[in-house]
Amino acid sequence: MNNAIEVRDVRKRYGDLEAVAGVSFEVAEGEVFGILGPNGAGKTTTLEMIEGLRQADSGSISLLGMSPWPRNAALLPRMGVQLQASAFFELLTAREQLQTFVDLYGMPNSRVDEMLDLVGLQDKAKVPAEKLSGGQVQRLSIACALVNDPDIVFLDEPTAALDPQARRNLWSVLMAINERGKTVILTTHHMDEAETLCDRVAIMDGGRILQLGPPAELIRRLGAPVRISVERAALTAERATEIEGADSVEIEATSTIIVTRTPARVLSALAQLDALAGLQVRGATLEDVFLELTGRAYRA
Amino acid sequence: MRGFRALAIVMVKAFYRDKMMLFFTVLFPLFFIVIFGVIFANPVQSKQSVIPVGEIAFLNQMPDDARAAFAQVFDLKPPQDLIAALDAVRKGEVAAALEQQGDELIVHISRADQVAAATVQGVLSSFVDTANLSIAGVPPTFSLQIAQVEDQSLRGVQYVAPGMISYGITVGATFGAAMTLLSWRQKKVLRRLRLAPVATVSVVGARVVVSVLVALLQLAIFLGVSMLPFLGLQLHGAWYMAIPLTIAGTLAFLAVGLLVGAVAKTAEGGSGLANLITLPMGFLSGAFIPLTAAPGWLVVVSKLMPMGYLVSGLSDVLVRGQGPAAALLPMGILLAFAVVVTLIATRLFKWDTA
Repeated sequence: MNNAIEVRDVRKRYGDLEAVAGVSFEVAEGEVFGILGPNGAGKTTTLEMIEGLRQADSGSISLLGMSPWPRNAALLPRMGVQLQASAFFELLTAREQLQTFVDLYGMPNSRVDEMLDLVGLQDKAKVPAEKLSGGQVQRLSIACALVNDPDIVFLDEPTAALDPQARRNLWSVLMAINERGKTVILTTHHMDEAETLCDRVAIMDGGRILQLGPPAELIRRLGAPVRISVERAALTAERATEIEGADSVEIEATSTIIVTRTPARVLSALAQLDALAGLQVRGATLEDVFLELTGRAYRA
Repeated sequence: MRGFRALAIVMVKAFYRDKMMLFFTVLFPLFFIVIFGVIFANPVQSKQSVIPVGEIAFLNQMPDDARAAFAQVFDLKPPQDLIAALDAVRKGEVAAALEQQGDELIVHISRADQVAAATVQGVLSSFVDTANLSIAGVPPTFSLQIAQVEDQSLRGVQYVAPGMISYGITVGATFGAAMTLLSWRQKKVLRRLRLAPVATVSVVGARVVVSVLVALLQLAIFLGVSMLPFLGLQLHGAWYMAIPLTIAGTLAFLAVGLLVGAVAKTAEGGSGLANLITLPMGFLSGAFIPLTAAPGWLVVVSKLMPMGYLVSGLSDVLVRGQGPAAALLPMGILLAFAVVVTLIATRLFKWDTA
């Protein structure tokens, strides 16, 4: 598969601050690639350099085999961009915003309704963009990013400041985009979002990529223990510590928690003890990977 | 050109959907045209009030035409006794008290209002002289013919219409350019457009064309309303030159708006700055009030204001009866101003707020 994006040792400095300090990665065609990191990690700057909004101080960026800087007119029709602040024209309705972008890209007018359907805003078509809810605004701005049927879609924090319900709605829109074979690169600081949506993620902090890979692999690499909890009534702390494979035991108000690196053995032991009431198994998440990388390893 | 068309539609909608914009560019100037036009529709003759003390035989003996002339200049109050009449003069209620003793006409005046006093004095002595000559039977050697020069003294709508047209155009163009730039930058529309296949010339072209069309529409509305019978604007001069003048003025103030948009950081700040420029300029350029009575330094200041050239250019070709050539100098100055300010604005321009 060809690479849609190739980034080689890219750096960007704002005064004393090295916002991006040597970043390299590739994104394959059809892949959903996430850049994950806390605020100020350099995610947006990296994305904007790939989009061609900012010039890298050094390093090279190739987008569909071309350089995005300076403004490359051959690339623009093939890119779909959703900026962090939803960029809308004043005093236009949702439909008119889309119509304007359809006209700017020279697409047929039928695209307006297609896009409204895709993001589920058909019933808000006549509402001024200023009066849409946060989730609707985000969906409209994603629709505007997709009008030209781009090969690469850039999404900068597409679900920032949304309630959980709205985020999940948006995720299904994003998954639908990916099913059409689009390459998607997005930034986020929501771990669950990256885990759900992305084929691969790059975890960034302080302008550098700390880890890069499929979310499941990053979690495995962490080698974090699994936490198994059952009802406290079903299992006392003493009996729990006797179970083979239990690294440690924690007692909470209503549950006994066994921390283990061999969950299969612990679970079968629990089954033999008939102590499975209220069973919950929680493995490591990307959140743990992130904390491990940014919090403990680099900031402690 | 497709970008041009789409953006022009966006700008037209932003203009007519923005209530504040419509108010300041259309309703506000119209309001002034109507108010001033109605107040000063009939030039007010400022007559001097005069109180006769008892019977004034001199007035009764005047021939009819002299009596009519007298009535045009003086408002003759009902006769009073001397004390009451002098009191009225003292209080400034009337310009003079008139008393006749035998063949002597006595005029009691107050030095408080010197202009009124001089007028009464001058006019009455001319009546006395005329009366003396006619009694002596001497035919007058010289005669005085009064001829009004075409609209040299502009009153009411003739004065206010060109001023308000200029003001409306100035506000429309300045705010149009500044607000497009600022709100588009603030809302990241500018960045989004950079990543769309739209040429800069389409963006700038759409703004210029929409602003010029808005300005010509303003010109048509303001002239149309001013020419309604109750206001009665009459065009004297090469009025069609108002069209190129309007376009030149629009370009000049688009440049000002561009500068405001480049300097200010937020739409709110830009709106304040644009007001800070256009409103004082309106006064200093004579758009609201005539500068004929203004001190010399103010006239010099007004010559530095581009709006002043728009005001005087428009009055020259609309109401002062000047030919097409009168518009050329103001147009040249406005266009030169547009070029210089655009160059400065381009140097200060930023795509992003950051």
